[in-house]
Amino acid sequence: MDQVLFNLSLLGEYPIVNLKIVIDGIMIGALFALAAYGLALVWGVMNVKNLAQGDFVIAGGYVSWWLAKYGVHPLLGVPAAFVVMWGIGWVAYKLVISRVVEKDLFTSLLATFGLAIMMAQILNLLFGSDTQSIKLDYDTLYFFDGFIDVPIAKLLGVLLAATLAACVIIFMKSSRMGQAIRATAQDARAARVLGIDTEKVYAFTFSLNSAICGAAGAIVVMVWVIQPFYGITHSIRAFVIVTAAGLGNLPGVIAAGLGIGALEQYGSHIFGIGYQQAIAVMLLLAVLIFRLIQQRRVRKSLQ
Amino acid sequence: MKSGKLVLYSVAVLFTLLAPFIMPDFKTQLATLWLMIIVALTWDMTGGQMGYNSLGNIFFYGTGMYVAAVICIALTHDVGSYTNAFSDQVYVFSDAEYFTGVMIGILGAGVFCSACALIIGYLTFGLRGPYFAIGTLGVAIAAGELVSNWDWVGGGQGISLPVFPYDLEQGKIFFYALFAATGVLLFIFLRWLYTTRFGAAINAIRDDEEKAEAMGIHTLRYKLTTWSIAAFFIGVVGGISAFQLIHFEPLETAYQTINLGIFMVVCVLLGGKGTLWGPVIGAIVFHLFKEVTWNYLLGWQWVALGALIVITVVYFRDGIMGWLMSVKPEWFGIRVEKKSEDAMQEAGT
Repeated sequence: MDQVLFNLSLLGEYPIVNLKIVIDGIMIGALFALAAYGLALVWGVMNVKNLAQGDFVIAGGYVSWWLAKYGVHPLLGVPAAFVVMWGIGWVAYKLVISRVVEKDLFTSLLATFGLAIMMAQILNLLFGSDTQSIKLDYDTLYFFDGFIDVPIAKLLGVLLAATLAACVIIFMKSSRMGQAIRATAQDARAARVLGIDTEKVYAFTFSLNSAICGAAGAIVVMVWVIQPFYGITHSIRAFVIVTAAGLGNLPGVIAAGLGIGALEQYGSHIFGIGYQQAIAVMLLLAVLIFRLIQQRRVRKSLQ
Repeated sequence: MKSGKLVLYSVAVLFTLLAPFIMPDFKTQLATLWLMIIVALTWDMTGGQMGYNSLGNIFFYGTGMYVAAVICIALTHDVGSYTNAFSDQVYVFSDAEYFTGVMIGILGAGVFCSACALIIGYLTFGLRGPYFAIGTLGVAIAAGELVSNWDWVGGGQGISLPVFPYDLEQGKIFFYALFAATGVLLFIFLRWLYTTRFGAAINAIRDDEEKAEAMGIHTLRYKLTTWSIAAFFIGVVGGISAFQLIHFEPLETAYQTINLGIFMVVCVLLGGKGTLWGPVIGAIVFHLFKEVTWNYLLGWQWVALGALIVITVVYFRDGIMGWLMSVKPEWFGIRVEKKSEDAMQEAGT
């Protein structure tokens, strides 16, 4: 308790610490927002709530990490993870997801939970349970007499994430497939009537989601750490962000992603690093209960 | 039909009573089997009968363990210094202290978990479907993480409890008896409960909650009652497990979200959701499958578990009972028109 109070007083005494935490949080939050965008896509288009989201992120990270071990530059790992995870996402869709798209929601939730357990364990067996990261030998920028340090590697990660997000958004807005995806999200039956092969759209959407997650993971491994069992926390973060922002609300997803990143950094500064997972989950509960109270006012339930 | 059921039940009772003596080497296994049956039955109360799929029922198991342990210790010693003791400090429990500690601890765990279910349920029962599942999963994960950072109950190290004071073989039978008694009690209770108006009401909530509310069922009250009953029994078995395992730690044993927490769901789905016997059969089949194959899979067992979940959910959604019901409807008192069957056969040939 004393430690917590001390940490709080530190924030008041040195306002610059706040800025550092916020910057760190935003840099991590950009990656959360990316994974959450993928979740919102799948959720909105095919109404599948994917609990394996975080495990796709971690798997993408391992692809990049494994390639880096063989001398491939980590920045090339990002497109490599994108491609590999596209394939894995497609296989997962054909084997499992395609059979639960039309079923009730708990079925898809449980099926993806099973998928998540499987993926985490396969990664554990292949790569061991140690935490891994890639060290990039770039400089670190210092501001305010060295109070704030921004490693160029992290900055690069944020830029990559932003570029990827921009590409996906432009793709969704202007390409033929993007239009088909948006049409299917609005009304799958009408889309079928108008000649859109929704099965193909679903497969494409899920693969795209998996690929986005994979690329996000390849950035995570550069700026943070990965471990086979960190997947579930990433999934929960994605759920927090989408639940807080609402579906189809892109600026909301980005804002919520950055906000969650900053809040988590604050939490682990105040309570200690041991509470990081707990804070992510507590944020989920806080968001769910807040949304619930909102809904209760109009006598509706969150479904 | 009536006599058939009587035979079935008497065989089950005889087996329950004699199993630890017929198979003396498997006493702990049989106790674990009862644990699985109980958690599957309690999960089915909300998941199968009421339509609220919780992924966080393991919260009550872990909390039950901790509450039982803390009560047992607190009756005679100071908890904070007990859990942080070094090897040179010895804490002695007399026989009487041990047994009162076990009994009060187990009951206390049940009561505490019911109270927890009322509070958590009040907060989360407005969530429907997948939100409820994710919300309860969040509760279980958060509780595990928080407890593992809480030094008063041993932090990440967990708690070590006193050992059964007499012969260890007797201890195994003692814990088997506790589990079996809880299980039989729960089964009889549920068998009665599902025939009452209460059972009909929670089934109505599962089928259509808005309509149930419109019919004048106070749904929140029913949901809270059901979940707190389920939580009571999970808390009780959590408490028994704590004394049986002697030592436990927060993340892998108590709040084991992906082990027991997901096993109970798989058991129910395997056996058949929303039936009385489904969870029991599912738990037996799953436990047998797990114990026979687990040791040979060398690390791949979790992959196999994930695959089992996916396959059950995707391809075998009605479970064993659902399959039996479609193959042998007459066993369940469902009359099938002979005529239409003949007509179908004629049409087929």
